[in-house]
Amino acid sequence: MSVKLPIYLDYNATTPIDPRVLEAMMPYLTTHFGNAASRSHGFGWKAEAAVETAREQIAALIGAAAKDIVFTSGATESDNLAIKGTAQMYAEKGRHIITTLIEHKAVIDTCKHLEQLGCQVTWLRPDRYGVISPEQVAQAITDKTILISIMAANNEIGTINPIAEIGKVAKQRDVFFHCDATQAVGKIPIDVEAMGIDLLSASAHKIYGPKGVGCLYVRRRNPRVRLTCQMDGGGHERGMRSGTLNSPGIVGFGAACEICRKEMAEEDARLTALRDRLHQGITARLDHVTLNGHPTQRLPGTVNLSFAYVEGESLMMKMKDVAVSSGSACTSASLEPSFVLRGIGVGDELAHSSIRFSLGRFTTAEEIDYVIDKVVAGVNELRQLSPLYEMAREAEQAGGRGE
Amino acid sequence: MPYSDKVIDHFTNPRNVGSLDKNSPDVGTGIVGAPECGDVMKLQIQVGTDGRIVDAKFKTFGCGSAIAASSLATEWLKGRTVDQAEELKNADIANELSLPPVKIHCSVLAEDAVKAAIEDWKRKNGQHSQPAPSAAAERK
Repeated sequence: MSVKLPIYLDYNATTPIDPRVLEAMMPYLTTHFGNAASRSHGFGWKAEAAVETAREQIAALIGAAAKDIVFTSGATESDNLAIKGTAQMYAEKGRHIITTLIEHKAVIDTCKHLEQLGCQVTWLRPDRYGVISPEQVAQAITDKTILISIMAANNEIGTINPIAEIGKVAKQRDVFFHCDATQAVGKIPIDVEAMGIDLLSASAHKIYGPKGVGCLYVRRRNPRVRLTCQMDGGGHERGMRSGTLNSPGIVGFGAACEICRKEMAEEDARLTALRDRLHQGITARLDHVTLNGHPTQRLPGTVNLSFAYVEGESLMMKMKDVAVSSGSACTSASLEPSFVLRGIGVGDELAHSSIRFSLGRFTTAEEIDYVIDKVVAGVNELRQLSPLYEMAREAEQAGGRGE
Repeated sequence: MPYSDKVIDHFTNPRNVGSLDKNSPDVGTGIVGAPECGDVMKLQIQVGTDGRIVDAKFKTFGCGSAIAASSLATEWLKGRTVDQAEELKNADIANELSLPPVKIHCSVLAEDAVKAAIEDWKRKNGQHSQPAPSAAAERK
C-alpha cells in the first residue's frame, strides 16, 4: 500500500483546517460578513450571535463561563495580554512573577521585557522530563508575587505539567495563575475550575481551526482578575481587547473546539497508539536513540527523539518527504540548539541530534510505518558518514577487548 | 533551508566517504569542529611520493551543507599537490555550493579540516619537502 507524500508530522507547529470547521466558517466569510459590534442591523446581529455561540463552544471545552473568554489574534497575544496586563494592573501589590525556563517564547520574552522594566522574574528549572513540581512553585512564591505563568504542555517535548496541583498552590497563596495551554486545549482535558486556572491562553490553529485567532480566558469571580488592556480602542471584549472581532475566525475556533470536545477521548487513544508505534518502531531497529520528554505524562501526538551521532537537519534532509522539526541549531538562524532541550538538561550534542515528530487528526498508521522506514534508513546512512559514530564504535570495541 | 542543487547533489551522493589508515605515514588526518556545536569533520589525505594527493576521504557529523562542503573538498583535493591544496579557501567552497550566509561556517570548517590534514601529514613526514627515501625507492 502506498502512502500519499509528503507526510505532515508537524502538527504542534500548526494544523490544517478540519473540513467541518471550514464549512462552519464559510458563511461568515461571505454572506454573514457583518461586524459583530454593529447593533443597528441584522448583519451585525448575525455575526454577534455566531461569535457568542463560538464563545460558548470554547468555554465548554475548558470548563469556563462563556463571558470569561476574550478573543485575541492568537496565543502570543493572549500571553502578552495576560502577563503584561497583570503586571501593570497589580504593580502596587508586587512586581514578582514566577515562570519556567521552557515556556514558549511568547511567555519568556514577555517576562524578559518586564524584567527590563523592573519586574523580578523567577525562572523555574524543570526536571529532566520537563516537569515543574508544585513544590518548586510554592517555594518560589514571595509576598510580592502577583503571577505564576506555567504552560500546560510543552510544544517541543510534549511533557504535561501537574497543572491542577500548581493551581492549588496558587490558590492557597493567593497568587494569580496563568496557564499557556496552547498545546493542551483540545488535546487533553483542561478544566479551569478543577485546575485553579485564572488566565489561560489558547489558539485555534493548533486544533484544526484557522490561523490568526485565539483567546484568553480571564476569570471573573473567585477571584476576579483585572487586566490593563494592551490594545486601546473601541472597548471590545469587556474593554480588555479592542478591535473588530474576527468573526469567521472565531466561528472556526468555536467549531474546532466543539469537535475536539466530542472526539477527544477517541482521538487521544488513537494518537497515543500511533505515537508509541512510531517510537517503538524506531527504537526496535536503531540503538542510541533517546526520548526527550516524559515517558508517559506527554501529549498524545508528540514524540521528540535524539539520534546520537547524527545531526538533526541532515536527518530531515534524508527524509525530505516527511515534514518534522528539529532542535538542531542548523534549522534556526541563531545557531543555538533548542533552549527547551537545554532547559531539561539534554547536552548540546544530543540537542543537535533531535527531531520532533508531532502527529495529528489526519495521521495514519501507513504514514507512521513509512516514516519509521525513512528514519531508520536515514540514521543508518548518516551514521556511516559520522566520525562520531566511528569513534564511538572504536571505543566500544576497545572496551570489549578490555583495553 | 533552500539549498542549491549542488549541495543537494553532494548530500545525496557524497563523494569519498570513508576512512584511511590514520597510522599510515603517508596519510594526514584532520578532525575539526565540536559535537556540541553541531559540526565535526574528519578529513584525510593520502599523499603519493611525488607530493600529489592520491586519495582523500571524509566523514562528517553536521548539517547538509557541512556534509556537502567536506564532500566537495575531498573531490577537489584528489590529484592536486599538497602545495596546491594549501591554497584552498573557504570562499571557493562557499561559492561553488552557493551557501547561504548562515552556512558559511561550514565552508570555513572544511578549509580548517584540509589544513589540519595537511599539517598532520607534514608532521609525520618531518616537514620534508622531498619524499621519504623508502618511498622514493619504491617509486623506482
